[in-house]
Amino acid sequence: MDMLLNGFEAALTPENLLFATLGVLLGTAVGVLPGIGPAMTLALLLPVALTMGPDSAIIMFAGIYYGGMYGGSTTSILLNTPGESSSVVTAIEGNKMAKSGRAAQALATAAIGSFVAGTIGTVLLWVLVPTVADVVVKLGAPSYFAIMLLALFAVSAVLGSSKLRGFIALFLGLAIGLVGTTTGQARLTFDQPLLADGIDIVVVAVAIFAIGEALWVAAHLRRKPLDIIPVGQPWMSKDDWGRSWKPWLRGTALGFPFGAVPAGGAEVPTVLSYITEKKLTKHPEEFGRGAIEGVAGPEAANNASAAGTLLPLLTLGLPTTATAAIILVAIQSFGIVPGPLLLENEPDLVWALLASLVVANLLLLVVNLPMAPLWAKVLQIPRPYLYAGILFFATLGAYTVNFQAFDVALLLVFGVLGLAMRRFGVPVLPLIVGVILGPKLEEQLTQALALSQGEVSTLWGEPVAVVVYAVIALLLVAMAVNGLRRPPAATEETAEDTEELVNR
Amino acid sequence: MSVVAAYTPDKYGRAALTHATAAARDSGTRLVIVNATRGDSYVDTHFAADEEVEAVRSTLTGEGLDVAVRHDVVPDIADAVLAAAEEEQATLIVVGVRHRSPVGKLLLGSITQRVILDAPCPVLAVKPER
Repeated sequence: MDMLLNGFEAALTPENLLFATLGVLLGTAVGVLPGIGPAMTLALLLPVALTMGPDSAIIMFAGIYYGGMYGGSTTSILLNTPGESSSVVTAIEGNKMAKSGRAAQALATAAIGSFVAGTIGTVLLWVLVPTVADVVVKLGAPSYFAIMLLALFAVSAVLGSSKLRGFIALFLGLAIGLVGTTTGQARLTFDQPLLADGIDIVVVAVAIFAIGEALWVAAHLRRKPLDIIPVGQPWMSKDDWGRSWKPWLRGTALGFPFGAVPAGGAEVPTVLSYITEKKLTKHPEEFGRGAIEGVAGPEAANNASAAGTLLPLLTLGLPTTATAAIILVAIQSFGIVPGPLLLENEPDLVWALLASLVVANLLLLVVNLPMAPLWAKVLQIPRPYLYAGILFFATLGAYTVNFQAFDVALLLVFGVLGLAMRRFGVPVLPLIVGVILGPKLEEQLTQALALSQGEVSTLWGEPVAVVVYAVIALLLVAMAVNGLRRPPAATEETAEDTEELVNR
Repeated sequence: MSVVAAYTPDKYGRAALTHATAAARDSGTRLVIVNATRGDSYVDTHFAADEEVEAVRSTLTGEGLDVAVRHDVVPDIADAVLAAAEEEQATLIVVGVRHRSPVGKLLLGSITQRVILDAPCPVLAVKPER
């Protein structure tokens, strides 16, 4: 409790409050814009963040992360084009509500639901982070190795529509992570002294997220503008409150655990929340025509999952979403080692972050409720201006990492890779997680084998490791069974629908 | 022979359309409504919704006018208006004009100005009624 109060003290200093506000505003803006997400923004800001204090940087990043989850719903509701993949489901009922003149209520239930879910999620973090940290501190290298293996497997195979594409992305990422001479042996350096230190993750992240997206947009520049639904001040009637509060709580209950497990992400719980609300609603006739429950539930779920994501990030150093992966990189760039000892070594930083999440949530509610019409204006910015700015900051960022022109060349190469991945529908997340976790996986393996003096059986010598391997095996079996009796086109169709919504 | 109206879904575009309709009716020629966008932002408030364009077209057709609509995504809006004027052998182009702040003039080009200067025929610049 003392630690939490200290955290609030750190989060409420004028400087950190300023950075939290900045993060929240920036996060909402990028959340509103389709194609530009919190992950890309954080990647672009990494070099800038290194000049700030670690706590200010992390607080700002958390603000951007939460803000992105809020902003995505605005675009979903008003444009029927999700700003973020986590808001795809919101578009289903949200846009219908807006079309029938209830845009204000849809925006209000999304914003207030996000606030409720984000706050509950943050309180859960306060309780769970210290508890889980105490447990995981006792785990040995073999268990970590197993958990990381599960994380890599899960982000590649469980998320996304195609397992093959997921694994292609994963192995690309692992290969990029191999480059360098960290093990004393030169791997994939092609006798280039510049590659000997490995490829900086900042360069890879900026290239894949920013350059790849900019090239992709440039290739699809001119399209028919979308019809936006004009909206005034968001508000809700008593009846809307009555219909919203249960979906908020159920969405939170679904979102948080999914965010906390590897490969849970925000997409699955939002879909589950939608299905649950559809089943439980007292107004089934309204579903498909703009039911407020269908907005309240998923919007709460995606914010709760954003909070949940921070649990494995802060206790295990495991990222489960692209944004969390970049936050992890930021923590590392400050010379702080993420992982089970983070809470013990950097209690001030962790508690300042946990306290600032509540501050960020409150700021978001204040920023979003009265300013929704203003945020919709962000969509009128011509893309060439927007992406020219992104390319500028991307190049600047990649150059300032090591002050080497070679990094800019690498940036372009990986940028083209990012474009190709978008073109062929290869997911980005496994690649980024592969680049980050690959070297750590190897480190844990070496450590485990060094302790056992080369005895391989040590890898399944810990109970946690055995359980994790069993989970992987179960997932494999489930995948195989699913593959053998593939259900008819019904499920496929919805997947394509959502994909189309995102890609539009 | 035709009259070209540069249309936007706001009071300036409606003023242009009103005057163009009157001119077309007087001379008994075709009315060409041009509404274009560069299509480089997610939302363009100057680009009319399909339903709106269709409503305008059917109303005017119902009044006995020969109406053609060009509702496109183009690289340059002024060029689109000028091209329409050229292809339809326009005798008149009608555009709506608005006040612009010094900063606005500095940052943004004027489509109206380019249409006026490059048009192959006379241009009627109109203002919405106050």
